[in-house]
Amino acid sequence: MTALTDGPGVIHPASAPDFMPAPQLRDLQLRRLQAVVRHAYDHVALFRHRMAERNITPDDIRSLDDVRRLPFTAKADLRDTYPFGLFASPMSDVVRLHASSGTTGKPIVVAYTQEDVNVWASVMVRSFAACGLHRGDIIQNSYGYGLFTGGLGAHYGAEALGATVIPTSGGNTDRQIMIMKDFGVTAICCTPSYFVHIMERAGEMGVDMKKLPLRAGVFGAEPWTEGMRRHIEANSNVKAYDLYGLSEIIGPGVGVECRFQAGLHIFEDHFLVEIVDPESGEPLPKGTPGELVLTTLSKQAMPMIRYRTRDLTAIDPEPCACGRTICRIARIRSRSDDMFIVRGVNVFPSQIEEAILRVESTLPHYRIILTREKGLDEVEVQVEVTPQVFSDEIRALEALRMRLSAEIERIAGIRMRVRLVEPRTIERSDGKAKRVIDKRDL
Amino acid sequence: MKLKQLSVFLENKPGRLTVPCRALADAGVNILTLSLADTQQFGILRLIVRDWQGARAILEQVGCVVNVTEVVAVEIADRPGGIAQVLDVLEQLGLNVEYVYAFTFRHRDKAVLVFRFDDPDAAVEALRSRGVSVIGNEELYARMG
Repeated sequence: MTALTDGPGVIHPASAPDFMPAPQLRDLQLRRLQAVVRHAYDHVALFRHRMAERNITPDDIRSLDDVRRLPFTAKADLRDTYPFGLFASPMSDVVRLHASSGTTGKPIVVAYTQEDVNVWASVMVRSFAACGLHRGDIIQNSYGYGLFTGGLGAHYGAEALGATVIPTSGGNTDRQIMIMKDFGVTAICCTPSYFVHIMERAGEMGVDMKKLPLRAGVFGAEPWTEGMRRHIEANSNVKAYDLYGLSEIIGPGVGVECRFQAGLHIFEDHFLVEIVDPESGEPLPKGTPGELVLTTLSKQAMPMIRYRTRDLTAIDPEPCACGRTICRIARIRSRSDDMFIVRGVNVFPSQIEEAILRVESTLPHYRIILTREKGLDEVEVQVEVTPQVFSDEIRALEALRMRLSAEIERIAGIRMRVRLVEPRTIERSDGKAKRVIDKRDL
Repeated sequence: MKLKQLSVFLENKPGRLTVPCRALADAGVNILTLSLADTQQFGILRLIVRDWQGARAILEQVGCVVNVTEVVAVEIADRPGGIAQVLDVLEQLGLNVEYVYAFTFRHRDKAVLVFRFDDPDAAVEALRSRGVSVIGNEELYARMG
């Protein structure tokens, strides 16, 4: 079995495309780009109109740089054309639909042909392989099954890998822990915040995470921090890998970390990467942080051309020690969608998480409450008190509060009120954690 | 010769004190004494009970954050000047008190002061050398009958 792992000098056979020589990769990307642009042009009215406005046709795509001449696609385009307006395949070829939660108004709908489903499974196989998983692993899939792409995406990938999949979906944490223990689970897929909750609950149930065979966590669907990774890895035997994806592109499996945990490898043979200035949309030089823009190179049912992900990152120009030739981007520290503006300052929940974990390496259970008092924005960060930080003396607790407040101000650049709250008062989520509660009437 | 004291973190809002007290009541645990320190935001409930390990488990089961602290119990005469006398000794010894609270027994002329010191062991030794009556768990409960 070990011969198949993504360890020193050993690569899972499915990972071969990750190591494709650069010229061959660029050539493949160009041919696929030309084909997908032609396909979208022929079948998606919105895209055809935008091409026409720019006086270009698919024949104008002669090099990879020509991608810059193509129009962007934004999330609003998916909403405006709800439900099927961006489909490029007839419904008779569409074998699957997924939809976003649609917290504001209508959800967005995404479609897959059988070939798309196969590609999706293949990038998930490569994701698991990069995390050192293989046939013989027992993978507990705690991503929610349903309209959300996380559950089925990881499920098909894990099966195609040849691993044993336990489709627990989210929720019922006690049963998750029982299964993890009784079935000898070796890897888990879920949001990092849910895994933190699982560890916490396991402790309460008297289950020692360090005695379980669980050795890998494939965590995604929400931004998380290095502090969170340190917390997970210190309190379990899990090596915590970051998995990246978004429904509009394919779902989970757009990119993943390898064993060096030094940024996300993007499966470039299927997804073309650009980094642009989030304001102007102008391309940025390699290494400069900006907004990630992705083009699906092989999607049939719903190709996305230059999709504005709203995720902020940068391409790492250095080759990774693992030897992959596909490009690597910095961990997504923030989604511009999660950003909130307080008194004119842009703040990301990940900054607050980092600050809290810096002060005390304790459970990162926190919540951010935004209110407006007398026309002024107020932010309150609620942090749960844990046995590790709880002191018998008021003075020490006040000092902890001050340290949290000072660290948040240092990292986020704005003063926030910190409130220590009792344990378990912040709602646990089995999916994406809801960190920000905006009570302002904006 | 130190006492184990349980401390519980509480948010400063109505009803929060009920949770730990109700849990102990339901389990038949008698609270020997308690004190509550608070700020605008939060409070710390400090408890002395006979079976501190049992009480701690009960409190943790209902989701409380519990801390065990060693405190020093000093027996004094339950009459005017009883506290002042001990405080004079503390001052002479240069012992800094983090906090203190008091309680009395039924039908006795003694009271007990519960002190929190930085270094409880050193405090116990120093107090004893000055003839102050420091009492531990057993003596305390023997006096309770």
